[in-house]
Amino acid sequence: MRISVQQAPFELGAESDAFAAGVEGAGAVVTFTGVVRDADQGGLEAMEIEHYPGMTEKALTAIAEEAVKRWSLADALVIHRHGRLVPGERIMMVATAARHRKDAFEAAEYLMDYLKSRAPFWKKEILASGGSDWVAAKEADEDALKRW
Amino acid sequence: MDILYFAWVRERIGLPRERVETSAATVNDLIEELRAREERYAAAFADLTALRVALDQDLADFDASLEGVREVAFFPPMTGG
Repeated sequence: MRISVQQAPFELGAESDAFAAGVEGAGAVVTFTGVVRDADQGGLEAMEIEHYPGMTEKALTAIAEEAVKRWSLADALVIHRHGRLVPGERIMMVATAARHRKDAFEAAEYLMDYLKSRAPFWKKEILASGGSDWVAAKEADEDALKRW
Repeated sequence: MDILYFAWVRERIGLPRERVETSAATVNDLIEELRAREERYAAAFADLTALRVALDQDLADFDASLEGVREVAFFPPMTGG
């Protein structure tokens, strides 16, 4: 299991290859990547991601450990960036490896649902117009936890 | 005790962290002390439904005890992913 909270970009291909190589025989590897989108077509200049050093790693480790236990994963990976990112940049990725795809998919969704609402990251949108807004948490994100 | 603020809570209060001497028994008691300090604290803690608290880096409730706690953090609901 690896948790990385970093400012630097990551190589999706290299990370996926290394993860898959480490779980030979697992049968199913799922990866998910989150990208900064410009919901407002040109209105977003950048996304600033703040986090709580120490608690972030602690929360992500607890979430990943739970996923590994619950779906008997061969391995799990979480990479999450912080700092200033522009539209199109990758924010984060998760990877899960299991014997069967259903477990790998479900575990990846679980990781995503939990790290959205339980890992201490906060996003601020820097608008091309010069303003900025903290992204508000969505009720749907909190509701998503109930299915687990 | 160290108190940390993140995101708009940090911006509203105007600092990322501070050390306070307090005899507050619970998080709610601590918030009452902070609110009474200055308007910027009162503004930041006006609506507790918009806030979350962590004690020594674990999420907690506002009625939780501060006994033995070294680090308290206040922040809005998280928006990772």
